[in-house]
Amino acid sequence: MTTETIALPADWRDFLALTKPRVMTLVVFTGLCGMLAAPGTVNPVIGFTAILCIALGAGAAGALNQWYEADLDAKMRRTAARPLPAGRMDRQSALHFGVGLGAFSVLLMGLAANVLAAGILAVSILFYVLVYTVWLKPRTPQNIVIGGAAGAFPPLIGWAAATGGLAPLPLLLFALVFLWTPPHFWALALFVKTDYANAGIPMLPVVAGERATRTQIGLYTIPMAVAAIAPWPLKLTGAIHGAVAIVATAWFALLAVRVATRSTREGDTMRPEKQLFGFSIVYLFVLFGAVVVDRWLA
Amino acid sequence: MTPEEEQRRLAAQRRNARVVAILLGAFVILMFAVSIAKIGMQHR
Repeated sequence: MTTETIALPADWRDFLALTKPRVMTLVVFTGLCGMLAAPGTVNPVIGFTAILCIALGAGAAGALNQWYEADLDAKMRRTAARPLPAGRMDRQSALHFGVGLGAFSVLLMGLAANVLAAGILAVSILFYVLVYTVWLKPRTPQNIVIGGAAGAFPPLIGWAAATGGLAPLPLLLFALVFLWTPPHFWALALFVKTDYANAGIPMLPVVAGERATRTQIGLYTIPMAVAAIAPWPLKLTGAIHGAVAIVATAWFALLAVRVATRSTREGDTMRPEKQLFGFSIVYLFVLFGAVVVDRWLA
Repeated sequence: MTPEEEQRRLAAQRRNARVVAILLGAFVILMFAVSIAKIGMQHR
Protein backbone atom coordinates (compact mmCIF):
# COMPACT_ATOMS: atom_id res chain seq x y z
CA MET A 1 0.00 0.00 0.00
CA THR A 2 1.20 3.53 -0.80
CA THR A 3 2.16 5.18 2.50
CA GLU A 4 3.45 8.44 1.02
CA THR A 5 1.90 11.57 2.56
CA ILE A 6 -0.13 13.58 0.08
CA ALA A 7 0.39 17.29 0.81
CA LEU A 8 -1.85 18.67 -1.93
CA PRO A 9 -5.47 17.71 -2.54
CA ALA A 10 -5.81 15.63 -5.71
CA ASP A 11 -6.58 17.69 -8.76
CA TRP A 12 -9.92 17.17 -10.58
CA ARG A 13 -7.92 15.99 -13.61
CA ASP A 14 -6.58 13.13 -11.50
CA PHE A 15 -10.14 12.11 -10.61
CA LEU A 16 -10.96 12.23 -14.30
CA ALA A 17 -7.91 10.05 -15.09
CA LEU A 18 -9.13 7.58 -12.46
CA THR A 19 -12.21 6.92 -14.60
CA LYS A 20 -10.09 5.68 -17.57
CA PRO A 21 -11.69 8.05 -20.12
CA ARG A 22 -10.19 6.26 -23.15
CA VAL A 23 -11.71 2.90 -22.19
CA MET A 24 -14.97 4.73 -21.48
CA THR A 25 -15.19 5.87 -25.12
CA LEU A 26 -15.81 2.35 -26.39
CA VAL A 27 -18.18 1.55 -23.52
CA VAL A 28 -20.24 4.68 -24.19
CA PHE A 29 -20.29 4.02 -27.92
CA THR A 30 -21.49 0.41 -27.59
CA GLY A 31 -24.09 1.50 -25.02
CA LEU A 32 -25.29 4.27 -27.33
CA CYS A 33 -25.48 1.86 -30.26
CA GLY A 34 -27.46 -0.63 -28.14
CA MET A 35 -29.91 2.16 -27.39
CA LEU A 36 -30.14 3.45 -30.97
CA ALA A 37 -30.56 -0.07 -32.38
CA ALA A 38 -33.58 -0.68 -30.15
CA PRO A 39 -37.06 -0.44 -31.64
CA GLY A 40 -39.08 2.73 -31.06
CA THR A 41 -37.72 6.09 -30.01
CA VAL A 42 -36.33 7.11 -26.69
CA ASN A 43 -36.85 10.55 -25.16
CA PRO A 44 -33.60 12.48 -25.87
CA VAL A 45 -33.22 13.64 -22.25
CA ILE A 46 -33.75 10.12 -20.89
CA GLY A 47 -31.42 8.71 -23.58
CA PHE A 48 -28.71 11.24 -22.76
CA THR A 49 -29.05 10.53 -19.03
CA ALA A 50 -28.87 6.77 -19.59
CA ILE A 51 -25.68 7.12 -21.65
CA LEU A 52 -24.27 9.47 -19.01
CA CYS A 53 -25.03 6.80 -16.37
CA ILE A 54 -23.25 4.14 -18.44
CA ALA A 55 -20.22 6.46 -18.67
CA LEU A 56 -20.31 7.22 -14.94
CA GLY A 57 -20.71 3.53 -14.09
CA ALA A 58 -17.75 2.65 -16.30
CA GLY A 59 -15.79 5.47 -14.66
CA ALA A 60 -16.65 4.14 -11.20
CA ALA A 61 -15.52 0.64 -12.18
CA GLY A 62 -12.27 2.09 -13.56
CA ALA A 63 -11.67 4.10 -10.38
CA LEU A 64 -12.27 1.09 -8.12
CA ASN A 65 -9.99 -1.00 -10.37
CA GLN A 66 -7.21 1.58 -9.98
CA TRP A 67 -7.83 1.79 -6.23
CA TYR A 68 -7.44 -1.98 -5.86
CA GLU A 69 -4.51 -2.31 -8.26
CA ALA A 70 -2.46 0.73 -7.19
CA ASP A 71 0.49 -1.47 -6.15
CA LEU A 72 0.41 -3.48 -9.37
CA ASP A 73 0.11 -0.32 -11.47
CA ALA A 74 3.28 1.02 -9.85
CA LYS A 75 5.21 -1.97 -11.23
CA MET A 76 4.09 -1.51 -14.83
CA ARG A 77 5.56 1.17 -17.11
CA ARG A 78 2.21 1.56 -18.91
CA THR A 79 0.35 2.41 -15.68
CA ALA A 80 3.01 3.85 -13.34
CA ALA A 81 2.00 7.45 -14.10
CA ARG A 82 -1.61 6.95 -12.96
CA PRO A 83 -2.70 9.21 -10.05
CA LEU A 84 -2.38 6.57 -7.29
CA PRO A 85 0.99 4.95 -8.13
CA ALA A 86 2.41 8.39 -8.97
CA GLY A 87 1.39 9.60 -5.47
CA ARG A 88 -0.88 12.42 -6.66
CA MET A 89 -3.88 11.00 -4.80
CA ASP A 90 -4.47 9.00 -1.62
CA ARG A 91 -6.20 5.62 -1.87
CA GLN A 92 -9.11 6.55 0.36
CA SER A 93 -10.13 9.40 -1.97
CA ALA A 94 -10.07 6.98 -4.92
CA LEU A 95 -12.20 4.45 -3.01
CA HIS A 96 -14.76 7.04 -1.92
CA PHE A 97 -14.89 8.50 -5.42
CA GLY A 98 -15.38 5.08 -7.04
CA VAL A 99 -18.10 3.88 -4.63
CA GLY A 100 -19.89 7.22 -4.70
CA LEU A 101 -19.82 7.50 -8.48
CA GLY A 102 -20.98 3.89 -8.90
CA ALA A 103 -23.92 4.27 -6.51
CA PHE A 104 -24.85 7.60 -8.09
CA SER A 105 -24.81 6.19 -11.64
CA VAL A 106 -27.07 3.23 -10.70
CA LEU A 107 -29.54 5.40 -8.75
CA LEU A 108 -29.74 7.96 -11.54
CA MET A 109 -30.24 5.22 -14.14
CA GLY A 110 -33.07 3.76 -12.03
CA LEU A 111 -34.75 7.17 -11.67
CA ALA A 112 -34.31 8.33 -15.27
CA ALA A 113 -34.62 5.09 -17.29
CA ASN A 114 -35.84 1.93 -15.56
CA VAL A 115 -34.97 -0.67 -12.93
CA LEU A 116 -33.76 -3.27 -15.47
CA ALA A 117 -31.16 -0.91 -16.97
CA ALA A 118 -30.08 0.15 -13.46
CA GLY A 119 -29.81 -3.50 -12.38
CA ILE A 120 -27.64 -4.49 -15.35
CA LEU A 121 -25.47 -1.40 -14.77
CA ALA A 122 -25.00 -2.41 -11.11
CA VAL A 123 -24.14 -5.99 -12.12
CA SER A 124 -21.61 -4.76 -14.70
CA ILE A 125 -19.82 -2.52 -12.16
CA LEU A 126 -19.76 -5.27 -9.52
CA PHE A 127 -18.67 -7.86 -12.10
CA TYR A 128 -15.75 -5.69 -13.26
CA VAL A 129 -14.59 -4.84 -9.75
CA LEU A 130 -15.27 -8.04 -7.78
CA VAL A 131 -15.20 -10.84 -10.36
CA TYR A 132 -12.57 -9.48 -12.75
CA THR A 133 -10.29 -7.17 -10.72
CA VAL A 134 -10.35 -8.83 -7.30
CA TRP A 135 -11.00 -12.49 -8.11
CA LEU A 136 -9.91 -13.47 -11.63
CA LYS A 137 -7.17 -11.08 -12.71
CA PRO A 138 -4.54 -12.00 -10.09
CA ARG A 139 -5.40 -15.74 -10.18
CA THR A 140 -5.98 -17.13 -13.66
CA PRO A 141 -4.88 -16.57 -17.26
CA GLN A 142 -8.59 -16.92 -18.15
CA ASN A 143 -9.10 -13.55 -16.38
CA ILE A 144 -9.96 -11.55 -19.46
CA VAL A 145 -12.07 -14.35 -20.98
CA ILE A 146 -14.63 -14.35 -18.16
CA GLY A 147 -13.89 -10.75 -17.17
CA GLY A 148 -14.67 -9.70 -20.73
CA ALA A 149 -18.34 -9.95 -19.83
CA ALA A 150 -17.97 -6.74 -17.80
CA GLY A 151 -17.22 -4.73 -20.92
CA ALA A 152 -19.97 -6.49 -22.88
CA PHE A 153 -22.86 -5.18 -20.75
CA PRO A 154 -23.24 -1.63 -22.23
CA PRO A 155 -25.26 -2.65 -25.36
CA LEU A 156 -27.63 -4.56 -23.05
CA ILE A 157 -27.92 -1.52 -20.76
CA GLY A 158 -28.55 0.84 -23.70
CA TRP A 159 -31.23 -1.47 -25.13
CA ALA A 160 -32.84 -2.01 -21.71
CA ALA A 161 -32.87 1.75 -21.04
CA ALA A 162 -34.70 2.33 -24.33
CA THR A 163 -37.19 -0.53 -24.21
CA GLY A 164 -37.42 -1.71 -20.60
CA GLY A 165 -36.63 -5.28 -21.78
CA LEU A 166 -34.09 -7.41 -23.63
CA ALA A 167 -34.10 -9.16 -27.02
CA PRO A 168 -31.89 -11.48 -29.14
CA LEU A 169 -30.02 -8.61 -30.92
CA PRO A 170 -28.56 -6.99 -27.77
CA LEU A 171 -27.70 -10.47 -26.48
CA LEU A 172 -25.74 -11.12 -29.69
CA LEU A 173 -24.03 -7.74 -29.32
CA PHE A 174 -23.13 -8.80 -25.77
CA ALA A 175 -21.71 -12.07 -27.15
CA LEU A 176 -19.73 -10.16 -29.79
CA VAL A 177 -17.96 -7.92 -27.24
CA PHE A 178 -17.48 -10.90 -24.90
CA LEU A 179 -15.81 -13.01 -27.61
CA TRP A 180 -13.90 -10.04 -29.06
CA THR A 181 -12.20 -9.30 -25.73
CA PRO A 182 -9.76 -12.29 -25.67
CA PRO A 183 -8.15 -11.69 -29.10
CA HIS A 184 -8.12 -7.93 -28.41
CA PHE A 185 -6.44 -8.20 -25.00
CA TRP A 186 -4.10 -11.06 -25.84
CA ALA A 187 -2.78 -9.12 -28.83
CA LEU A 188 -1.94 -6.33 -26.35
CA ALA A 189 -0.56 -8.82 -23.82
CA LEU A 190 1.84 -10.19 -26.45
CA PHE A 191 3.61 -6.86 -26.85
CA VAL A 192 3.47 -5.75 -23.19
CA LYS A 193 4.30 -9.20 -21.82
CA THR A 194 7.26 -7.98 -19.74
CA ASP A 195 5.08 -5.40 -17.97
CA TYR A 196 2.54 -8.06 -16.93
CA ALA A 197 5.30 -10.49 -15.90
CA ASN A 198 6.97 -7.80 -13.73
CA ALA A 199 3.67 -7.11 -11.99
CA GLY A 200 3.00 -10.84 -11.45
CA ILE A 201 -0.30 -10.77 -13.37
CA PRO A 202 -0.95 -14.23 -14.84
CA MET A 203 -1.80 -13.09 -18.36
CA LEU A 204 -1.86 -15.93 -20.88
CA PRO A 205 1.51 -15.09 -22.58
CA VAL A 206 3.19 -15.03 -19.15
CA VAL A 207 1.68 -18.30 -17.88
CA ALA A 208 1.09 -20.47 -20.97
CA GLY A 209 3.64 -18.91 -23.30
CA GLU A 210 3.49 -17.05 -26.54
CA ARG A 211 2.67 -20.03 -28.77
CA ALA A 212 -0.45 -20.95 -26.77
CA THR A 213 -1.57 -17.31 -26.73
CA ARG A 214 -1.24 -17.01 -30.50
CA THR A 215 -3.27 -20.21 -30.97
CA GLN A 216 -5.97 -18.95 -28.58
CA ILE A 217 -6.20 -15.65 -30.49
CA GLY A 218 -6.87 -17.64 -33.65
CA LEU A 219 -9.40 -19.94 -31.96
CA TYR A 220 -11.40 -17.17 -30.24
CA THR A 221 -11.68 -15.31 -33.54
CA ILE A 222 -13.94 -18.10 -34.89
CA PRO A 223 -16.85 -17.75 -32.41
CA MET A 224 -16.35 -13.98 -32.43
CA ALA A 225 -16.86 -13.98 -36.21
CA VAL A 226 -20.03 -16.06 -35.80
CA ALA A 227 -21.44 -13.63 -33.22
CA ALA A 228 -20.49 -10.66 -35.43
CA ILE A 229 -22.24 -11.91 -38.55
CA ALA A 230 -25.12 -13.89 -36.96
CA PRO A 231 -27.61 -10.97 -36.60
CA TRP A 232 -27.84 -10.72 -40.40
CA PRO A 233 -28.79 -14.36 -41.30
CA LEU A 234 -31.07 -14.38 -38.23
CA LYS A 235 -32.85 -11.39 -39.82
CA LEU A 236 -32.21 -9.19 -36.79
CA THR A 237 -30.32 -6.74 -39.02
CA GLY A 238 -30.34 -5.97 -42.74
CA ALA A 239 -27.92 -6.11 -45.65
CA ILE A 240 -25.90 -3.03 -44.60
CA HIS A 241 -24.88 -4.64 -41.36
CA GLY A 242 -24.42 -8.00 -43.09
CA ALA A 243 -22.01 -6.58 -45.69
CA VAL A 244 -20.03 -4.51 -43.17
CA ALA A 245 -19.84 -7.44 -40.73
CA ILE A 246 -18.54 -9.84 -43.39
CA VAL A 247 -15.87 -7.46 -44.76
CA ALA A 248 -14.69 -6.16 -41.35
CA THR A 249 -14.67 -9.65 -39.81
CA ALA A 250 -12.72 -11.07 -42.77
CA TRP A 251 -10.11 -8.36 -42.24
CA PHE A 252 -10.01 -9.05 -38.49
CA ALA A 253 -9.63 -12.77 -39.20
CA LEU A 254 -6.74 -12.14 -41.62
CA LEU A 255 -4.87 -10.10 -39.01
CA ALA A 256 -5.65 -12.71 -36.33
CA VAL A 257 -4.41 -15.57 -38.54
CA ARG A 258 -1.19 -13.66 -39.21
CA VAL A 259 -0.65 -13.26 -35.44
CA ALA A 260 -1.66 -16.88 -34.76
CA THR A 261 0.75 -18.37 -37.28
CA ARG A 262 3.92 -16.38 -36.59
CA SER A 263 6.55 -16.43 -33.84
CA THR A 264 8.51 -13.61 -32.25
CA ARG A 265 12.03 -13.21 -33.57
CA GLU A 266 15.05 -11.45 -32.07
CA GLY A 267 14.42 -7.66 -32.09
CA ASP A 268 10.81 -8.15 -33.25
CA THR A 269 8.77 -4.92 -33.35
CA MET A 270 5.54 -6.97 -32.90
CA ARG A 271 3.91 -5.02 -35.74
CA PRO A 272 1.24 -7.65 -36.60
CA GLU A 273 0.17 -7.83 -32.93
CA LYS A 274 0.00 -4.03 -32.68
CA GLN A 275 -1.97 -3.93 -35.93
CA LEU A 276 -4.44 -6.53 -34.66
CA PHE A 277 -4.85 -4.65 -31.38
CA GLY A 278 -5.37 -1.32 -33.18
CA PHE A 279 -7.77 -2.75 -35.75
CA SER A 280 -9.76 -4.63 -33.11
CA ILE A 281 -10.80 -1.27 -31.61
CA VAL A 282 -11.80 0.15 -35.02
CA TYR A 283 -13.59 -3.14 -35.76
CA LEU A 284 -15.92 -2.82 -32.79
CA PHE A 285 -16.72 0.82 -33.59
CA VAL A 286 -17.46 -0.07 -37.23
CA LEU A 287 -19.62 -3.08 -36.41
CA PHE A 288 -21.73 -1.32 -33.80
CA GLY A 289 -22.01 1.69 -36.08
CA ALA A 290 -23.25 -0.59 -38.86
CA VAL A 291 -25.98 -2.03 -36.62
CA VAL A 292 -27.29 1.48 -35.94
CA VAL A 293 -27.00 2.71 -39.56
CA ASP A 294 -28.79 -0.44 -40.70
CA ARG A 295 -31.60 0.07 -38.21
CA TRP A 296 -32.09 3.76 -39.12
CA LEU A 297 -31.85 3.29 -42.89
CA ALA A 298 -33.94 0.13 -43.06
CA MET B 1 3.95 23.84 5.30
CA THR B 2 5.65 26.89 3.77
CA PRO B 3 3.56 29.92 2.65
CA GLU B 4 4.14 28.89 -1.00
CA GLU B 5 2.91 25.36 -0.33
CA GLU B 6 -0.10 26.73 1.55
CA GLN B 7 -0.88 28.98 -1.41
CA ARG B 8 -0.64 26.04 -3.83
CA ARG B 9 -2.92 23.97 -1.60
CA LEU B 10 -5.52 26.75 -1.47
CA ALA B 11 -5.31 27.22 -5.24
CA ALA B 12 -5.86 23.49 -5.80
CA GLN B 13 -8.82 23.52 -3.39
CA ARG B 14 -10.33 26.50 -5.20
CA ARG B 15 -9.92 24.76 -8.59
CA ASN B 16 -11.59 21.61 -7.31
CA ALA B 17 -14.40 23.57 -5.64
CA ARG B 18 -15.10 25.34 -8.93
CA VAL B 19 -15.34 22.00 -10.78
CA VAL B 20 -17.65 20.54 -8.09
CA ALA B 21 -19.87 23.65 -8.29
CA ILE B 22 -20.16 23.30 -12.08
CA LEU B 23 -20.98 19.59 -11.76
CA LEU B 24 -23.63 20.23 -9.10
CA GLY B 25 -25.18 22.93 -11.28
CA ALA B 26 -25.23 20.51 -14.23
CA PHE B 27 -26.82 17.84 -12.02
CA VAL B 28 -29.61 20.20 -10.94
CA ILE B 29 -30.34 21.10 -14.59
CA LEU B 30 -30.25 17.41 -15.57
CA MET B 31 -32.67 16.39 -12.79
CA PHE B 32 -35.01 19.20 -13.82
CA ALA B 33 -34.89 18.06 -17.46
CA VAL B 34 -35.42 14.39 -16.48
CA SER B 35 -38.43 15.33 -14.33
CA ILE B 36 -39.99 17.32 -17.19
CA ALA B 37 -39.33 14.43 -19.62
CA LYS B 38 -40.87 11.88 -17.22
CA ILE B 39 -43.96 14.04 -16.68
CA GLY B 40 -44.27 14.44 -20.47
CA MET B 41 -44.01 10.67 -20.96
CA GLN B 42 -46.80 10.04 -18.41
CA HIS B 43 -49.14 12.40 -20.24
CA ARG B 44 -48.54 10.80 -23.65
